Amino acid sequence: MIQLVELSVNGERHDLAIEPRRTLVDVLRHDLGLTGTHVGCEHGICGACTVLVDGAPARACLIFAAQVEGAEIRTVESLSSDGELNDLQRCFSEHHGLQCGFCTPGMLMLAEGYLAEEPEPTTEEIREVVASNLCRCTGYQTIVEAIDDCAARRRAALQDRLDRRAS
Amino acid sequence: MVEPRFRRDGAWVGASVPRREDPRLLAGRGRFVDDIALPGMLHAQFVRSTEAHAELLAVDLDEVHAVPGVVAAYTAADLDLADITALLDRPAHEFVPTAMPVLARDKVRYVGEPVAVVVAKDPYAAEDGVEAAVVEYAPLEPVVSDLGALAEGAPLVHAEAPRNTLVDVSLFATEGIDDVFAEAHTVVEVRTKTGRQNALPLETRGVVADWDDRDEQLRVQTCSQVPHQVRTVLARCVGLDEKQVRVTVPDMGGGFGQKCVVGREEIAAAAAALRLRRPVKWIEDRRDALTAAFLAREQRYVVRAAFSADGEILGLDADVVCDMGAYSCYPFTAGIEPLMASAEMPGVYRVPAYRVRGRAVTTNKAPTAPYRGVSRPQYVMVVERVFEKAARALGIDAVELRRRNLITVFPYTGVNDITYDPGSYLESLDLCEKTLREEGWFSRRSDENRVIGIGFACFSERTGYGSGAFAQRKMQVVPGFDISEIRMDLNGTVSVTTGTLSHGQSHETTMAQIVADRLGVPYDRVKIVQGDTDRITYGWGSFASRSITIGGSAVAAASVKLGDQLKEIAAHLLSGDPEAAVLEDGGVRVGSSWLPFAEIADVAYLKAHLLPKGVGPGLAATASFDVGGDGTFSNATHGCVVELDPGTGGVEILRYVCVEDCGVAIHPQVVEGQARGGIAQGIAGALFEEVRYDEAGQPLAPSFMEYKVPTAMEIPDVRIEHLETPCAFTENGAKGAGEGGTIGAPAAVLNAVNDALRHTGVELDDTPVRREAVFRALEVTR
Ligand code: FES
Ligand code: FES
Repeated sequence: MIQLVELSVNGERHDLAIEPRRTLVDVLRHDLGLTGTHVGCEHGICGACTVLVDGAPARACLIFAAQVEGAEIRTVESLSSDGELNDLQRCFSEHHGLQCGFCTPGMLMLAEGYLAEEPEPTTEEIREVVASNLCRCTGYQTIVEAIDDCAARRRAALQDRLDRRAS
Repeated sequence: MVEPRFRRDGAWVGASVPRREDPRLLAGRGRFVDDIALPGMLHAQFVRSTEAHAELLAVDLDEVHAVPGVVAAYTAADLDLADITALLDRPAHEFVPTAMPVLARDKVRYVGEPVAVVVAKDPYAAEDGVEAAVVEYAPLEPVVSDLGALAEGAPLVHAEAPRNTLVDVSLFATEGIDDVFAEAHTVVEVRTKTGRQNALPLETRGVVADWDDRDEQLRVQTCSQVPHQVRTVLARCVGLDEKQVRVTVPDMGGGFGQKCVVGREEIAAAAAALRLRRPVKWIEDRRDALTAAFLAREQRYVVRAAFSADGEILGLDADVVCDMGAYSCYPFTAGIEPLMASAEMPGVYRVPAYRVRGRAVTTNKAPTAPYRGVSRPQYVMVVERVFEKAARALGIDAVELRRRNLITVFPYTGVNDITYDPGSYLESLDLCEKTLREEGWFSRRSDENRVIGIGFACFSERTGYGSGAFAQRKMQVVPGFDISEIRMDLNGTVSVTTGTLSHGQSHETTMAQIVADRLGVPYDRVKIVQGDTDRITYGWGSFASRSITIGGSAVAAASVKLGDQLKEIAAHLLSGDPEAAVLEDGGVRVGSSWLPFAEIADVAYLKAHLLPKGVGPGLAATASFDVGGDGTFSNATHGCVVELDPGTGGVEILRYVCVEDCGVAIHPQVVEGQARGGIAQGIAGALFEEVRYDEAGQPLAPSFMEYKVPTAMEIPDVRIEHLETPCAFTENGAKGAGEGGTIGAPAAVLNAVNDALRHTGVELDDTPVRREAVFRALEVTR
């Protein structure tokens, strides 16, 4: 059976004719060519497939594409613009928060979604969030540090804007 | 040019420069094997054995062919491939050769063993096809433990291997060792069983293969740490010439050893592509990765150690049995774990008498491969337990006891016939203890209301095994050297090949730093070429912490040769003395004149008539490197503080300190990353992960629900301190840094747990440490 599904990914609309059992991660990777989102387990534990669905981190391996019609989906490919890495990606690089890079897109989207919701997390809170995904290379410390640093810089930048507006 | 974060002495080596790998990986633009799509590509999945041990009576694929989307399905008989066989040059009583068929032929030997390959238009249809296969088994009694394998009258996994023993070596047996033990003041014994573990790269194994009519080549893109070895085995299995196979490696999501052996599935998928003349992709799913991929680390030790009254170690007597599962891996064989343990066990201590028996037994479990550290996480743990037990028996502080026995004068030739190059064994121990003391952990340890323990692990790690060292293991194919070819192109850009294969270790950055220093160019002008058997001369890939020590040395040597060419040409063009020429700022200075590389390259390629007499056109050089002697030893001391929870038996790591010495660190941040990641895997083995089987040989951890991979909540932050004892015989002074973290962590954690249990009289020597065991130990005293 084939179903017509309309998806909005990184601000772009896609019309797909797919089997209802096709997962979101397979559609992203293999139908839309957005291979930045990875698959590490296909059973919802590792988080390599994390994307944002209406702003919230979600496991794309556990969702059928047909379920997220009408939602706004964001993948790692949306983070950089014009070939420039965004602040979160730069923090990951500076802190050596990635080695093989396989978990990285999932970690980035997890952090991106989380920081949008909670701009002032403690290090312990960040650690708890990072614990929802697996990384086999880094030992996690530098990932937590990268997110912590990014959050701090965003807060400083915001404060800076507020200060400037006030003066 | 990217500005380095910190540079030492103006050199690129030693600077934590931005990683060349990062931008693409962060942008989701890396290319991993599952990201590759070729026109008309088909998808393979495997029918796998549901029995641990059985005669294979029939494999019926009729229904498979009827599944919509299925294009082909093959059994072993259909594909008719040669077996994968790895050999040691050892006599029959020491080593029994066994073959691993690409698909099971008349017998299955573990649950998950590939029996048939199904090829379909999409992965979903391939799965449907697998479901439709009908396999008939005549079950045999399974062998599910090392002791079961060795038992009198045990069923045989391989008919040719009596007592299920594939490797049995007795080594060293220092003369008079029995008297040493008979007369010793104190003898302690450690009995340990370590759990089977999965190296668990987050990217599972996978391959894309297709036949190219134009190149007359079977092209294989596979995530392998050893592309040339895959080429050799594949060519042999399918009956092609080596030049008719091209293996390339895309970005790779970790390996840790699981991908440094040749997998049967990559061979079968490639064979299917060859037969169908269509691209075939195979991506291992996590269930198969957890149950049917190469595993490691299941070992049993009985070790006795003799000490004098004042704490001098007098002898070590060891028996090691490694449960290698169903097959020998290529190229290392089932000897990899027992031979490593047997050869290296005395480690950092001055052990005057040593005897060891090392065995590999075969069982009905998924086969094993080298996994980061190979046996060293286990024997270091055992030896460090020996020291803790001896310290208690002798009433000497355990750190002090180590101090009295550490090798401090180098080079030191041990009782195990290995010569250790200089390291900082004592210094690292002192600094690690001092750090924990200054942080106040020793006083917290004495808090009556808490159950806190401190554990240490002091060890060294042979890295950069050259051909000589591997030949000592008597492997029939002997890894060791590396060859590097360097080229400068027009406008002075440099590309350099390496036979090593980075899969997270940052070689695109670190190798470039090495070249940059040798030639005086910025590191981002240097491109590293790796993972392509057509473009790279036979290499051995990345394992055994060999890449920077050996590969990096070859890269450096090739750079120097290219530099000499540049100097010669420049001197001629500037009418100066080649002896006086120096490489400087991306060019050659001769006296007061300076010529940029781009202009020299211009002459070498576009105005060859201007070259000095006897110098041919082009700018290229080749160099090889091999480590002579016994390789170089990195060393470290790990210190771990744990708190036990009497209510749950839980173990919490409060602090972790690592003092490491890998000689000159090319990129300190990368070295720290290797240490932290390694420590996380060592902690995983000490406290969390275990591949278990039931009595029928059915795997009990087929998903991440059962196989507990530690997360950021379980892995602590690690404080790292660096010492630097440069290696005298590698270029750059570097020693290997890839495995040390994993090696030290189980010992440090287990010693800390036992230190916390010191008031209970209970000692736990097996890993992973079970909550119930800790809970019960504490219950006694509650
Ligand atoms: S692939 Fe989705 S959670 Fe692992
Ligand atoms: S960087 Fe390799 S899994 Fe996280």
